[in-house]
Amino acid sequence: MNNGNGTLFAPSSVQTKEREKRRSPWWEVWRRLRRNKAAVVGMSVVILLVVVAVLAPVLAPYDPNQTNIKMRLQGPSSEHPLGTDNFGRDMLSRIIYGSRISLYVGFVAVGIGAVFGGILGAIGGYYGGRLDNFIMRCMDVLLAIPQIILAIAIVGALGTSLLNLMIAVGISQLPRYARVVRASALTVRGQEYVEAARAVGASDARIILENILPNCMAPIIVQSTLGVAQAILSAAALSFLGLGIQPPTAEWGSMLSSGRQFLRNAPYLTFFPGLAISVVVLALNIFGDGLRDSLDPKLRQ
Amino acid sequence: MNGPLLEVADLNVIYKTYEGTVAAVNGVEFSLEAGRTLGLVGESGAGKTTTALSIMGLVPSPPGIITSGSVNFAGKNLLSFSEKEMKKIRGNHISMIFQDPMTSLNPVVTVGIQISEALVAHQNLSEAEAEKKAMEMLEKVQIPGQRYREYPHEFSGGMRQRVVIAMALACNPGLIIADEPTTALDVTIQAQVLDLMRSLKEEFSTAMIMITHDLGVVGEVCDHVAVMYAGRIVETGSLEQIFGNARHPYTLGLFRCIPDIEEETSKIRPIEGLMPDPLDLPSGCPFHPRCPQCMDVCRTVVPGVLDDGGHRVMCHLYGKGGAARG
Repeated sequence: MNNGNGTLFAPSSVQTKEREKRRSPWWEVWRRLRRNKAAVVGMSVVILLVVVAVLAPVLAPYDPNQTNIKMRLQGPSSEHPLGTDNFGRDMLSRIIYGSRISLYVGFVAVGIGAVFGGILGAIGGYYGGRLDNFIMRCMDVLLAIPQIILAIAIVGALGTSLLNLMIAVGISQLPRYARVVRASALTVRGQEYVEAARAVGASDARIILENILPNCMAPIIVQSTLGVAQAILSAAALSFLGLGIQPPTAEWGSMLSSGRQFLRNAPYLTFFPGLAISVVVLALNIFGDGLRDSLDPKLRQ
Repeated sequence: MNGPLLEVADLNVIYKTYEGTVAAVNGVEFSLEAGRTLGLVGESGAGKTTTALSIMGLVPSPPGIITSGSVNFAGKNLLSFSEKEMKKIRGNHISMIFQDPMTSLNPVVTVGIQISEALVAHQNLSEAEAEKKAMEMLEKVQIPGQRYREYPHEFSGGMRQRVVIAMALACNPGLIIADEPTTALDVTIQAQVLDLMRSLKEEFSTAMIMITHDLGVVGEVCDHVAVMYAGRIVETGSLEQIFGNARHPYTLGLFRCIPDIEEETSKIRPIEGLMPDPLDLPSGCPFHPRCPQCMDVCRTVVPGVLDDGGHRVMCHLYGKGGAARG
């Protein structure tokens, strides 16, 4: 938009009004999100983290897997700002590289959960009846098992690897996307424009893809943002338990786990990975909350 | 083409609800020639929309069931069509204009894509061809073609209804069913939209069923009128026959409800009473509890249909006893 300023006291010329009207609904969401300071902070942290993860090879002062027995269990110093671990690896570099794994797992797991859960929910909500009942009862079964135990069971069955970790976390998150999307699909299904689409002869697949899913987008986005936080946490927990990322790969959960043995002498080994996890999860949650508020049409002024 | 474009015969539709069976449409019969317009008039709940949905094969099921009847469109009975076959008819040969343009457009999809939906579904056009055609359709309804990429919220109510009309006309269907297309619009916009619909109808030589409860709209655009009451067509005929020589007490009552600008009346005269509960229709003529000219026979016998040169009335005042005893 080339005429960005003067939006509040826009001159009453038709031209400006016309331009103002052309703004997409997303612009409106962005405008409201910007007013929420906490959400902006959360979003900045998330963006920062993404940048760090992308630029990890540039930013990390050392190779994260470079061991140096002479330098083991060093406290924070100017040479190693966050200290070194029991193999003498630089903690800062490991945390920077760990952000890659965490984000990767977080986004891919949520992607798996949101895509499959969303499709299942949309199908259930759109068709209703027995199919809906069947899908939702399956989701209830998944929901009845605590998420982390379900993920442990899936990783246990599939074996430990990065991909299986993401699948496990994704599946354990699947029911909530299915439920959220189904609830929206139920309301969207009754809208006149769905009937109108049917009246022009659109196929069911087209109605689901073009009418149902786009109109369920707001809750999916909010749920996904919050879901990434949860996925990162789950992945870290699984790695902590030794079921996720295997050493020596730098991952926050497994760093936490291996640092645990040196808790008395070198608390920074657990403190910094833990801090990283908390900050990221907190930032994502605040951002998700802000996003939910700005996507809520009821708060639209 | 031989015979009428659309012929509805003995259509019966019920809704099965928890409270009981609702007889929404009871033996509706009418026919419509290509290029003509039929006005379907009646109060809310008279079964107008259900009749329209039956023609489209869109009666919500459950709870709706079409128990009997036939809908012959271009010589084929649509009620015997499978859902897959109906999809090819909808939008392509029969399309529908919905009541409220605020809700009948998908808010998150551009109007252009919504117009091209039918084109892509039925005419196997490529995206680019469909886009070109959709722009043409927008121009046809007097909206600049470059607004193709805009979203429904960027249009006013009247413009949205014109977008809906463009959607309905995109594939040049033989029949358009307009379900109260002007009810949600204000009066000046109503006139615009009606004018537009009439001229497009002539341009494309499309037949139309205009569902409305506004007799003014009927007088303006329709060639034939069918008056519905409690799921039955109580009177039908050409526009002149109905407007010049209405016979059924219900139709007369409807006309009396229109305030006359020349006559000095302090009050309009509504028809006494309310529409009967469709769960429990009265015996005999469904209108008898409200009819000012009710006779004994009306309470027990369903009146037969008197046909007088295409002007058909279902009332004991004009027929001899009941042809259809019920």
